[in-house]
Amino acid sequence: MSVNDLFKKELKIVNMGLKSFYADFKSQNVTAVHVNWKPKAGGKKKMLDLLGRLNKSN
Amino acid sequence: MQNLIDNANKQALEIIQNGQPTLIGLGVAGEVIPGMANDLFLHAGPPVTWEKMSGPLRGAVMAGIMYEGLASTPEEAADYAASGKLRFDPCHHHDAVGPMAGVVTSKMPVWIIENKAYGNRAYCTLNEGLGKVLRMGAYGPEVIEHLNWMETVLYPLLKETIEIHGPLDLKVMIAQALQMGDEVHNRNKAGTSLLIREIAPSIVKTSFSDEDKIAVFEFLNSNDHTFLNLSMPAAKATLEPVGKVKHSTIVYTMARNGTEFGIRVAALGERWFTAPAEIIDGLYFPGFSMDDANPDIGDSCITETLGIGGFSMATAPAIVQFVGGTPKDAVRYTTDMYEITTEESQIYKLPPMNFRGAPTGIDIRKVIETQILPVINTGIAHKEPGIGQVGAGIVHPPMACFEQALEAYVNLLEDEGLLEE
Amino acid sequence: MTPHTIIKRNAYYDSVTLMLLSRELQKLEGVQDVLVGMGTDLNLELARDLDLATDDFETLTVNDLFIAAKYDDTQISMQAIEAAFNEYLNKSAESGVDDDYQPPTLRAAIQNMPDANLVVVSVPGQYAAAEVEEALDAGLHVMLFSDNVAVEDELRLKQKAVGKRLLMMGPDCGTAIINGVPLCFANAVRRGKIGVVGASGTGTQEVTVQIHRLGEGLSQVIGTGGRDLKEEIGGLMMIQGFEALIADPETDVIILISKPPALSVAEKIYAIANTSPKPVVIDFIGGDRAAIEAAGAIACVSLEDAAHKAVDVLRGKQAKDFTEFSLPETQIDQIVATEAAKLKADQTELRALFTGGTLADEAMKLLGDRHPIYSNIPLTADMAIENLPAGGGHICLDLGEDQFTRGRPHPMIDPQTRSDFFESQVDGHTAVVLVDVVLGFGAHEDPASAVAESVRGIRQKLSVEGKDLVVIAYVCGTDLDSQGFERSVAKLEAESIIVMPSNAQAVRLTDRVLQRAAKGA
Repeated sequence: MSVNDLFKKELKIVNMGLKSFYADFKSQNVTAVHVNWKPKAGGKKKMLDLLGRLNKSN
Repeated sequence: MQNLIDNANKQALEIIQNGQPTLIGLGVAGEVIPGMANDLFLHAGPPVTWEKMSGPLRGAVMAGIMYEGLASTPEEAADYAASGKLRFDPCHHHDAVGPMAGVVTSKMPVWIIENKAYGNRAYCTLNEGLGKVLRMGAYGPEVIEHLNWMETVLYPLLKETIEIHGPLDLKVMIAQALQMGDEVHNRNKAGTSLLIREIAPSIVKTSFSDEDKIAVFEFLNSNDHTFLNLSMPAAKATLEPVGKVKHSTIVYTMARNGTEFGIRVAALGERWFTAPAEIIDGLYFPGFSMDDANPDIGDSCITETLGIGGFSMATAPAIVQFVGGTPKDAVRYTTDMYEITTEESQIYKLPPMNFRGAPTGIDIRKVIETQILPVINTGIAHKEPGIGQVGAGIVHPPMACFEQALEAYVNLLEDEGLLEE
Repeated sequence: MTPHTIIKRNAYYDSVTLMLLSRELQKLEGVQDVLVGMGTDLNLELARDLDLATDDFETLTVNDLFIAAKYDDTQISMQAIEAAFNEYLNKSAESGVDDDYQPPTLRAAIQNMPDANLVVVSVPGQYAAAEVEEALDAGLHVMLFSDNVAVEDELRLKQKAVGKRLLMMGPDCGTAIINGVPLCFANAVRRGKIGVVGASGTGTQEVTVQIHRLGEGLSQVIGTGGRDLKEEIGGLMMIQGFEALIADPETDVIILISKPPALSVAEKIYAIANTSPKPVVIDFIGGDRAAIEAAGAIACVSLEDAAHKAVDVLRGKQAKDFTEFSLPETQIDQIVATEAAKLKADQTELRALFTGGTLADEAMKLLGDRHPIYSNIPLTADMAIENLPAGGGHICLDLGEDQFTRGRPHPMIDPQTRSDFFESQVDGHTAVVLVDVVLGFGAHEDPASAVAESVRGIRQKLSVEGKDLVVIAYVCGTDLDSQGFERSVAKLEAESIIVMPSNAQAVRLTDRVLQRAAKGA
């Protein structure tokens, strides 16, 4: 969906990070979901590397 | 790489979804369990030595030794256990599972479950009930006496009952229990009730005395957890064939021996990935606290491994009274489990989740990526043998188990030349 | 006092919540120092600097939360501190927000909301790029509020976004309004026919607010992040936004806002402006007027002016520089005279304390050639705040800059930082205090009261010396903002603060008063 397409649609927002932003969206009745975000793999480099190696497509 | 893994996992899930765990009868451990022998004791969880065993498991071993007539006092039993005359091996290595200490000895009667879809079998002892029991590490004379009654009265009667009744579809019974407020790990009231209802006419039809039949009915009725010793081998039988699916990242075993927590992953076959078992942060019965608790113990989290038990907590809101929290928490736990699993169960549907199927097929990649650990509902044993249950709560496997498994998995793929540099 | 630590494993909270928590716990009776944070290297270092580290710290991972405190154990206990921690979290749980399902990953969120079209990312900078990449790969537009994202990542992600015709607003993008929905820090403004692409958060806010006040509205307000128009990024998002507004049937006039771009980037923008069928107003704050006009675009002398010109052009009027005041000259003269009369002969200095970076920058540029101003965002290196002479001088601070927000929330969210600076920076040599009061989404619920209280305090302090001072403020807000525009202005005016209708006018009035003070009132 290009930028100009987005302009014609209703915003449906995924909020990732500060909860206050999500609260603001909710208060305006904007469709939104808040991600209960944590660093991927707990930020552990070794695990991220292992997962990364598995993520490459065949 | 995604395709390879996704296809493998699809295969694993197909096995799980197709599983048909069926109660086909009862037998004596030494006669029916593969590899069973007089000098072999099975136990819950990954491999462990006598030296490293925690209180409840030691107590259970001692009780088993006295039950088998290898010693007559607890002190003698402890010496015998340390002597090297006995071998110890996980139940899991012998197609078996055991709750709490999970000790299985040759004389013990066991339920026999067959997975009709793949032909493999699973075994589990009969649940002794609550209070001072072997599985909690008790070894007093009343324990042995009760085990003797189970061996000489309960077992033959139930064996004949199932012969009369014919095979019993556990998949359907579990599905029904899940819709009646059970999660079939810590809450089995409905399952036990359904079981008794189902086999009652056959019990009556057996050749035993009224006295024995009444005793059996009263015993089964007194023990809400009778069904646990069926839901566990049902899960085991369903999951075991997954252990042969190459390249699958699905967890097919989770188990604890009171000292360590261990998992097994499909692609990695029979290898255990272990880390110290955790102390459960739960609700303690009056007079007890976390200081009294033994670390996590038992094969019963085979239920969670399948997607029932704690994974289906949403469907058993009453459980929250014992593990602390609110029914909303129960829903939240189940909801979280969808993030680390692969499919929804086609047969185990959860009414409070709008009848979504139970979260099935734990994927080690998802556990590590999301840092969400499988949730397990469990009883808490006193760390001293023989005192019994001191509480219940929610526990998780150590993240280390999954991390080790992921590393081993990547190394395996590397060795097979499947990873790009 | 020995420090004590409580650790909560695998408990993640966002940075703002934690900083506000630290501040709340600090207020507890008996607590000397307390820090609440995730176990990141940065936080551990901070804790060590505050002498709060304990042996437990060895076991901390980035997923663990720690509460480290030094306290008088006759007055309070660690248990009580933890209880206060829990209480605060329960209180601040937005009603209904915590009841909603909160997926743990972007993937889970998209599964839960398959028609999602925009991701707003405000996670710590080192993790942001990966999340943005996943969002763009999934075909979603992105608003990237986080800063501390590597420039290589920004370039790669923007190239990917442009290739897929997606928005990648940021990093460090604080303001956007898409389809009439304010994102992050933005004011409530009406919809209309003017479209904006802005590389500067409060600069964009100011322009939208002024347009609203003039009776017009905004079609789309696209952010680009502060670094977009540098050489390395090449204006990728400014150009994409510009072109989107040209193609947007609901946009009739376009405004571009930024600090002066790299030359090569400016050229690209001028090239597009040259062929634009719609009028283009360009405010490259302090930028090259001739070049802008040569490109067929309309140049500006201030953010307010950009708004005026866009509105004029929309209404078919001629765009003229707006360099005056809204009030008649005679009234302005009166105000200058009255205010300057409050000052003693040795009161000559400016203390500008800004929460909005672009507003501070605009102030510097409007005042800079007449008054030498020391700043943390100086116009030339020699005027860096560290070079402030012993004898004093004019100071203008952007309090939202990194050096002031280490371990503290942004001053737009939490007025405490500025309150501290009121106390430390304003003295008997101060003639004028100049402040911005930013309303709207994302901002504190009552920034005006904090300023009023600080001013009350400083006037009290100075009255002891028989002195007073001039305080000039600008309220960047609209009648639709939840903080209450009228209410905010009233609170300030009740403390004899002169509230001006735009940042530029507040700055211009400041200039007049300073000049009068320099001459001797």
